[in-house]
Amino acid sequence: MEIALFLIFGLLAVAGALNLLFQRHPINSALSLVVVMMSLAVLYWSLGAEFLAAAQVIVYAGAVMVLFIFVVMLLNAGEEERSHGSKIAYIAGIPGAAAIFCLLSFVFLSERSHLGATPLGGYLSSAVSNISEISHTLFTSLLLPFEVTSILILVAILGAVVLARKEL
Amino acid sequence: MVPIAYYLVLAAVLFCIGIAAFLIKRNVITIFMSIELMLNAVNLTFVAFAHMWHQVSGQIFVFFVMVVAAAEAAVGLAIIIALFRVRQTLNVDQIDLLKN
Repeated sequence: MEIALFLIFGLLAVAGALNLLFQRHPINSALSLVVVMMSLAVLYWSLGAEFLAAAQVIVYAGAVMVLFIFVVMLLNAGEEERSHGSKIAYIAGIPGAAAIFCLLSFVFLSERSHLGATPLGGYLSSAVSNISEISHTLFTSLLLPFEVTSILILVAILGAVVLARKEL
Repeated sequence: MVPIAYYLVLAAVLFCIGIAAFLIKRNVITIFMSIELMLNAVNLTFVAFAHMWHQVSGQIFVFFVMVVAAAEAAVGLAIIIALFRVRQTLNVDQIDLLKN
């Protein structure tokens, strides 16, 4: 049952990522990235991270991707032109990515028994819910970093407004 | 029961597709999207390890990554808009001002 859930949404995520790679129009790539993010939200939930599953849908699929689609429409981005990039990216980059993938999956699959398995909704059965556990850590021991992120967001907003001004 | 290793392999697959898209794509917005894909793959690894160790610190890490990614997306897209105003193109091969 759980493995079926994992397979469906894992394959959906991989299919969305491959579609991002093969589509030539940026709006198609953006929409397939939304598919990837939604299926990752389901996988977060199956790993017992309910708060992150909700945040993934709201922040990534809701806010960040809408921003991307706004920019694609604002700049009226058409189909990608076919032009040859740097040779070294194709010669070293693609085999390098494949090598990283082979190394990572070899390590993960050979350590499979040590890593253990996940029951569906790992924290759901425990007395303390995932959200209260996260908020307890976030508002006690990690209060300062949490407050600093608000300054980061403020600086990012100001930077975005300044950069996107007409008379730059 | 799904082995944690499967989640980690899925994250590796997504990360490598992100690398490939970063290298192959020529549109600057799509390149930015593939960076977001790689961030998401790393987030999945964090959540899987947080589940494995039964601690929330990995999930809090993902929370901060999400915050920084949202800020990064806002600033990055503003830079893309400013770049488009100057160069009238989104193709990264034509944005080579430092080269000449």
